[in-house]
Amino acid sequence: MDIVFVLEQALTQSIGIQAIIYCLAAAGLNIQFGYTGLLNFGQVAFMIVGGYSIAATVLSFGGSFWTALVVGIISSLILSLILGLPTLRLRADYLAIVTIATSEILRLVVRSVALREWFGGVNGLNGKFAAQFYALNPYQSGIGIGPINFSQNDSWVVTIGWILVAIVILITFLLTRSPWGRILKGIREDEEAIRSLGKSVYWYKMQALMLGGVMGTLAGFIFAIASQSVQPDSYVPDVTFFAYTILLLGGAARVFGPVVGSIIFWFLLVFIGQTLDQTISAGYIPFLTSTQVGPIRFIFVGIGLMCLIIFRPQGIFGDRKELALGGR
Amino acid sequence: MDAKTFDIDEVQNIFKNVEQKPGSKKPDPIILAKKVVRKFGGLTAVDVDHLEIQRGSITALIGPNGAGKSTFFNLLTSFDQADGGKWFFNKEDITKISPNKLAQKGLVRTFQLTKALSRLSVLDNARLGAKNQIGESLFAALFKPLWIKRELEVTKQAEDTLAQFNLLEKKSDFAGSLSGGQRKLLEMARALMLKPEMIMLDEPMAGVNPALKQSLLGHIKNIRKKGTTVLFVEHDMDMVHDISDWVIVMAQGKIIAEGPPSLVMKNSDVIDAYLGSHHKTFLTEDGKSLATDETQ
Ligand SMILES: Nc1ncnc2c1ncn2[C@@H]1O[C@H](COP(=O)(O)OP(=O)(O)OP(=O)(O)O)[C@@H](O)[C@H]1O
Ligand SMILES: [Mg+2]
Repeated sequence: MDIVFVLEQALTQSIGIQAIIYCLAAAGLNIQFGYTGLLNFGQVAFMIVGGYSIAATVLSFGGSFWTALVVGIISSLILSLILGLPTLRLRADYLAIVTIATSEILRLVVRSVALREWFGGVNGLNGKFAAQFYALNPYQSGIGIGPINFSQNDSWVVTIGWILVAIVILITFLLTRSPWGRILKGIREDEEAIRSLGKSVYWYKMQALMLGGVMGTLAGFIFAIASQSVQPDSYVPDVTFFAYTILLLGGAARVFGPVVGSIIFWFLLVFIGQTLDQTISAGYIPFLTSTQVGPIRFIFVGIGLMCLIIFRPQGIFGDRKELALGGR
Repeated sequence: MDAKTFDIDEVQNIFKNVEQKPGSKKPDPIILAKKVVRKFGGLTAVDVDHLEIQRGSITALIGPNGAGKSTFFNLLTSFDQADGGKWFFNKEDITKISPNKLAQKGLVRTFQLTKALSRLSVLDNARLGAKNQIGESLFAALFKPLWIKRELEVTKQAEDTLAQFNLLEKKSDFAGSLSGGQRKLLEMARALMLKPEMIMLDEPMAGVNPALKQSLLGHIKNIRKKGTTVLFVEHDMDMVHDISDWVIVMAQGKIIAEGPPSLVMKNSDVIDAYLGSHHKTFLTEDGKSLATDETQ
């Protein structure tokens, strides 16, 4: 077994494109769920909006890549309004139901035969829709930091991706230490109390939904740009739940929770997967085949999560004392 | 809010000319409620025909458990929807207003079941009551220099208020770690941070120890002295006696009596309401009918 190779792979993935995508999606959930207590179970819907806005604007409507970004952000804000207007006045559980349903509806809509002309149906949209992005790539070849190596294109995506993460985390930090953030946390604890103090709870929840949604849309941008393709079936609800896993792993309502969570999640997933792969091909585990590695690594992640919830429910960064006070 | 202060004697003089009957007219009502009805299924929890609260007074709302006092509070502050009626704050119709707008207009309430924000510090709880913090808007929040000056003022105000309620040493603790009585105090402090024109307190003294009660009574009197109207629900008759200028008695959703504290307690309807007039009426009626039966 080549432990060096396994570690290289795991380290690369832990700061790679997937980690960035999930970190951004989880950062959005951190604003919504971690700070405000909004149960958005449809974060992947915002990623669909991000990915398909870019691909469809460029490939189907002939717009430029930069227009596409603006279209994506605006569509994301509209989606928040549509989700929030009817549900934010209701109890928290309604938002959860509506968001998970919406994410599936959106996926089925972009997948539909009727709209194939614009969204490509089951095959999605494939083409060089991010060419204008890659045209700006300053790297002449791939970059490598020690054992970590990225291709020329990936290097550029990873660079921009981590810059985006840094901006998102900075905004989270600035907002959550502010009086605005204090109101969000108050809403999470007891929204009636906040209402009795003269704050428009509804409007703050809407802002949190929008802000977190835009972060999800940024994740969708990176996802689409990195592969220059969007495929409806990569936007299943599981994506949202992995993002939640990452958030809880890092610690909800912690500024760096999504970053730490995402890095560790992807490191472990790849590490376990590669280790299994290698030991199986070396014949150490005769009752498994390499095609079973994919599902099995998620079993391990599941066991890991259970241990986390049992032994460290507050996540890596969380404060157990604080957790004990919450009703959740 | 203007700096107008109220002289206690002056207020008590006002009440000299007020009729001692349910729904009596007050010279300068800050709250006026008409035909307020709230039903829960078959139960009519609130059925208030006419009620006025005098500006600048400390008014107590008393009544046995389940009389509808908290429900009436919830209706007035839009935390519950009424089945009918209209009510006014400063002559302005507030029947359909949202709770947050009402609080901004100067009518602030506390809850019988306290709503401490558990995973926020005691200080943050208090700071949430402050008004005019531009840092509470999304874009200004990003730029600390825009709101830090106001934040320091708010912090000072919060610390002063917490000190009055013996909570200053606890300011860095999570509110969730406070005792039940301390939560009551925190909620009152937080409401006062809004500098309301009128404050409605639902059982402010429940679970507060006797020594602190005395100082709280002093605070409530002080609030009023600064011009704030106080309406409170309380079961502790000593407290009602001690600080209220006027007492309103509620039973089974209706206002059954009004008057100054010393007299209203002697009212026979009130005594009946507390000791169970139901039972008594039933007995006498039954007795009567028996008697008539016999004569026939
Ligand atoms: N949400 C509700 N659903 C059904 N019935 C309710 C509801 N809220 C209150 N009630 C009923 O309305 C009546 C009045 O309740 P309320 O809480 O206003 O009483 P209260 O005067 O505040 O009593 P206490 O002094 O015990 O606090 C009670 O009979 C209660 O059971
Ligand atoms: Mg009550």
